[in-house]
Amino acid sequence: MISLAGRDIAHSWRKFVLTGMGLGLLIGVTLTMAGVYRGMVDDAQALLDNSRADLWVVQKDTQGPYAESSSLRDDLVRGVRGMPGVAQAANVTYFTMQVRGASGDDTRAMVVGIEPGQSGEPGYLVAGRQITRSHYEAVADIKTGFAIGERIRIRRHDYTVVGLTRRMVSSGGDPMVFIALKDAQEAQFLKDNDAIQNDRIRTAGNPAFNRPGVPGLLDAVQALQTSSHNVNAILVQVTPGFDTEQVAEPIRRWKHLQVYARAGMEDILVAKLIATSAKQIGMFLVILAIVSAAIVAFIIYTMTLGKIREIAVLKLIGTRNRTIAGMILQQALGLGLIGFAVGKVAATLWAPVFPKFVLLLPQDAITGLVVTMAICAIASTLAIRTALQVDPAEAIG
Amino acid sequence: MTTPSHASPGGILIEGLRKVYGHGDTAVEALRHVDMQVHPGEVVGLVGPSGSGKSTLLKCLGAITEPTSGRMTLGGDVIYDNGWKVNDLRSLRRDRIGFVFQAPYLIPFLDVTDNVALLPMLAGLPNTQARARARELLTALDVQHRAAAQPSQLSGGEQQRVSIARALANRPPVILADEPTAPLDSERALGVMRILNQMARHAQTAIIVVTHDEKIIPTFRRIYHIRDGQTVEEAGEGRDITPAE
Repeated sequence: MISLAGRDIAHSWRKFVLTGMGLGLLIGVTLTMAGVYRGMVDDAQALLDNSRADLWVVQKDTQGPYAESSSLRDDLVRGVRGMPGVAQAANVTYFTMQVRGASGDDTRAMVVGIEPGQSGEPGYLVAGRQITRSHYEAVADIKTGFAIGERIRIRRHDYTVVGLTRRMVSSGGDPMVFIALKDAQEAQFLKDNDAIQNDRIRTAGNPAFNRPGVPGLLDAVQALQTSSHNVNAILVQVTPGFDTEQVAEPIRRWKHLQVYARAGMEDILVAKLIATSAKQIGMFLVILAIVSAAIVAFIIYTMTLGKIREIAVLKLIGTRNRTIAGMILQQALGLGLIGFAVGKVAATLWAPVFPKFVLLLPQDAITGLVVTMAICAIASTLAIRTALQVDPAEAIG
Repeated sequence: MTTPSHASPGGILIEGLRKVYGHGDTAVEALRHVDMQVHPGEVVGLVGPSGSGKSTLLKCLGAITEPTSGRMTLGGDVIYDNGWKVNDLRSLRRDRIGFVFQAPYLIPFLDVTDNVALLPMLAGLPNTQARARARELLTALDVQHRAAAQPSQLSGGEQQRVSIARALANRPPVILADEPTAPLDSERALGVMRILNQMARHAQTAIIVVTHDEKIIPTFRRIYHIRDGQTVEEAGEGRDITPAE
């Protein structure tokens, strides 16, 4: 038996291909939306991977440093280094800001303050070298668009880009710029000149800090106000053979700090930080699926209405209902296949152009194909129902 | 209910056929008492004004509409007998009845060969055999040169010949033709009638041609006039339409 659906598609292939392309662009958007979510999860995991930490020590009762602000004194790291099972511990700061490039354009980036050679430093470079000087050197993710040797401005100081790295992004997808910890502390916590001047005047006007007969007190207080010794987190690497929880528990208990292992931090980033975005994307996916189903149903229904006379003739000459239903179903599935192929190609082509990372996973494509086929099959039921109700007598008139 | 056991001759035999649409006060008697017989190899005309019951009779004969009472025999088999009917009407239409319509109604997405081969394929014949049968019929109807063409590429006369080939594809004992020459000029209309007559004789098929067409009415040897749901048989001119040698 010949394939009636195949012959119909071959006969009016232009209409099918054009319709399939329209549907395909919609499917492409759907696949891209799924890719955006996957990209967000992957960014979060890349952030954790790239920090090369087993434990994140943050301010007590916070979910820092990525989901909430966390502030620790930078000398706490010494105490952590002395805890059993800690192989390495390093201070780190994170803050998102506009970084001005040599061209004068601002780039939104997450500035990371690191201790060179410690956890938090980019694991690999694609060009240049790591930070070796104590001040005013930077390593940037290539998505910032900065080049080796470029002078960039962070707050009041200029930094030279000495190295480029890749896939170092915040959970929000902003590329990272790494600078020395001291520079980062100053950039993050230092006030501007007017504010410093204002604070000095206020402090000097306070008789408690400017007592007669206590020389040096005012200077000491003012020095405290202008210097910063805070960090956002301490990244800990555990000595091989130690269980992370076994190391974390004494830090929680004796240092009165919050400690997260990899699973806990991943939970904060994926389940909490991007949960709202994931729901948003999920809603888009549901709406797109409904729109796709409505479009396929409308197209197949319209195409079937255009063949009512032929269907009546087919029924009159003895074609079985299942053959007619099969023809319509196969056409719907054919449309879905064309649409999916176009959508996959479109998503693959436009994904790299997106400003944030879009991760198109094969399993998402397979799920997309199955869902597309299911939607097309469901959408064809209206047309099949209409076709089966056609009276063969319509062929006679 | 069991199948009536009495056998009938081939062709078409209709006895006391009645069809009532609706019921009670709104009932409309489309066919009052129709008697008709068409012998194998015979082409009979069925003429009558609009609303006389032609279409209803055709639908009853085509196993599309169930009569209210009466008896119908197609190709020697009883298909309806006062409330009893053949179970599988779809197979009956496919295997025992050929249809030729006013417009050819060819399937636009199948080529000429497959339009004709579709019926044997639906009946379960392998594709190669079905296509061979189609080619044989297309040759008989002199449209073999358009075998690979799409229906939209054919002239009106060619399309009608293909639709006749389709009607003959399963070698049905009966062909019902509804105004088959209406859209054609005199020459082509007579050409179609010539083909129907040849096919009737050759395959011993009983053919009923419903028509208003004055051009072809003189070609029938027997004509049934239908008026107010009743048929009256009369002799036709039986004009010779055999092409001159």
